[in-house]
Amino acid sequence: MSGEPLLQTFALRKEFGGLVANNDVDFVVPEGGIVSLIGPNGAGKTTFFNMLTGVYKPTDGTIVFNGEDMTGKPPHAYTERGIGRTFQNIRLFQNMTALENVLVGMHTRLKSHLVGALLRTPHVRREEREARERARELLEFSGLRGKDSVVGRSLSYGDQRRLEVARALATRPKLLLLDEPTAGMNPQETAEFTAFVAKLRSQEHLSVLLIEHDMKVVMGVSDTITVLDYGEKIAEGTPAEIQKNERVIEAYLGSAAVSS
Amino acid sequence: MRRGRISERWWALLGRFGLTQQRWGSWPAWMRRLVKATTWLGLGLILTAAFGTWTTSALAVAAVVLLIVVPPWDRLPNIGPYRTGRWIPWLIALGFVVAYPYYVNGLPQLPVFGPFPNVHTMVVAGIFTMMALGLNFVVGYAGLLDLGYVAFYAMGAYVCGWFASEQFAGQHIDVGAVGLQQGWIGIHLSIWLVLPIAGLMTALIGVIIGLPTLRLRGDYLAIVTLGFGEIMPQVADNGNNLGGFNLTNGTGGITSIDGPGFGHGTVARALHLPASYLGAGNLDSLFFWTVIVLVLITIFCSARLRDSRLGRAWIAIREDETAAAAMGIPLMRTKTWSYATGAFFGGVAGAYYSSYNGGAFPDQFLFQISVFILCMVILGGMGSIPGVMLGAWFLAYLDQEGLSNVGGWINSHFNTNINVPNYEFGIYGLIIVVVMLLRPEGLIPSSRRAAELHEGVHDEPLYDVEELNAPLTEPTV
Repeated sequence: MSGEPLLQTFALRKEFGGLVANNDVDFVVPEGGIVSLIGPNGAGKTTFFNMLTGVYKPTDGTIVFNGEDMTGKPPHAYTERGIGRTFQNIRLFQNMTALENVLVGMHTRLKSHLVGALLRTPHVRREEREARERARELLEFSGLRGKDSVVGRSLSYGDQRRLEVARALATRPKLLLLDEPTAGMNPQETAEFTAFVAKLRSQEHLSVLLIEHDMKVVMGVSDTITVLDYGEKIAEGTPAEIQKNERVIEAYLGSAAVSS
Repeated sequence: MRRGRISERWWALLGRFGLTQQRWGSWPAWMRRLVKATTWLGLGLILTAAFGTWTTSALAVAAVVLLIVVPPWDRLPNIGPYRTGRWIPWLIALGFVVAYPYYVNGLPQLPVFGPFPNVHTMVVAGIFTMMALGLNFVVGYAGLLDLGYVAFYAMGAYVCGWFASEQFAGQHIDVGAVGLQQGWIGIHLSIWLVLPIAGLMTALIGVIIGLPTLRLRGDYLAIVTLGFGEIMPQVADNGNNLGGFNLTNGTGGITSIDGPGFGHGTVARALHLPASYLGAGNLDSLFFWTVIVLVLITIFCSARLRDSRLGRAWIAIREDETAAAAMGIPLMRTKTWSYATGAFFGGVAGAYYSSYNGGAFPDQFLFQISVFILCMVILGGMGSIPGVMLGAWFLAYLDQEGLSNVGGWINSHFNTNINVPNYEFGIYGLIIVVVMLLRPEGLIPSSRRAAELHEGVHDEPLYDVEELNAPLTEPTV
């Protein structure tokens, strides 16, 4: 199922002052793979995510995406190359409609610029029309049919999460980074979401990197799991291996997870 | 919610006089419009009459308003893709604006505010409308607080001074300028050329100022733009000896800037276009009509850009910078575009103003002007084109005529001797405070912005604070 490495980090390191948030993490997401990143709160998962999307510049180490060295590039460059993301605390454009949110996500895939927009050339018009069409399709695909013109903040919590994913998909990613996507969801929504992630891989041929605390989701959907603790990678392997790993149990899972 | 309850009370009151909501609904639409319009106009006229300033021209104004409001214009069939019905009321209104110089003297006196603004005031108000719409690109769309917009105004004015006056006496260049006397010196480009040149050069300055400053967020950006706004007049003040080169003519400013005009060409003559504005008897009217065109162009660009990919990116940045960056919007480039676009219109307005004034002087470009224009945007409603226009027109009118008229009224009615225009900025401050308390989204808000101000904006620093702080609480060895 998993092929060539799509995203790789070599000894990726982030320090905030004297604090080492990520200590020389080597990490791989293979093409078509679903990889989860787990660990206790404050283990440096989101910091790691933020480096993979260019929000933080790594103190040291390299990020290679699709064969290209991406270290130190600005966030929009990552999006352009094909890394889409969602946020741990939902960050929709709250006062834009669902459709507009998705259209913003398409920014890098559209070309119209100042002069074109002013003159509204036939090319720009067609591009805009096609973008809207595709945005509607994406909303439908993400389970938001008929909510095109609802503003972000009026959507239900689950719908906001879905819209975040739709918006990330609009960037046409090769790799989708999801930061605790099921936080705050009820069991049924979580199950639906897990199925949705599986569908993304099978239908859209995406690779997915997931930060998640819900072990059912993690164990159910991941090919491999990486465990961080105090900024260090303490384990890596298939769900079955991770469940047996003693360091992981001690640091994070607890004995309950083993028995489940 | 609240609106619903108020209208319920109204209906209860009207119901007692036999006009229930059902009965109202059963009337044809044009009749409802007529009743509504007449009611409001009637109230207005009664108020006017109560102040003893009732004339037949008041009735004429009333007739015009009825003509625009009452007929069901939106029912007209569309011509091709154009929604005729939506445009006709606006076109009628535009027609009356264009005809303003012809009937302004016949208009009645308003209570308190005195006579309607004269054409000169309308020109200045038009120029400020353009500047406010320009600033709206930066403040309203992209959400960047710019306290130095006057720098762009100054830049435009000086560009006009360089290219359309005797400032550079060593040169001898003439491209389509009108009204030159014999033995002229300096660079004289036609004002129609100077306006876009001034816009482009100012946009370039916008980019140059923007590149280092737009990395900053919120308050820091405001402070740096404030600094640039202060630097510009200083440069203008001291630019008479830049290594021996006289760029700005110092405190004296650049004077005798050319006016616009269409010259004596066959086309101009065939279309009855004025050869030179400055030589014409109806100088103010000519400048007024021209500024209408400039404002219309600005509105057009504002609306088109707002609804484009770029405009969406601006609004996304305003809403949540981090998320916008994660969606692939290059923050620096996009913000710089908003800055440059805003600067462009500021520059054109500045150039036009200096052509109207016939000069560019460093003491025109004070910090107050930046605040003044910002007030217009805030008062009208950030991001809303009609709002910003209303705010700009109203404040510019107060500045030019309104305050002294109101002051005169106060002094004659209360036997006082207050020089009201002296308290100009205090009064603007008061207006802004009152508007912020009662209607924080501005007079005519854009729907989006209104929501933001009532719900609070989702704005967090670029770095996730929890992620930074949480591990720090762990004991470090």
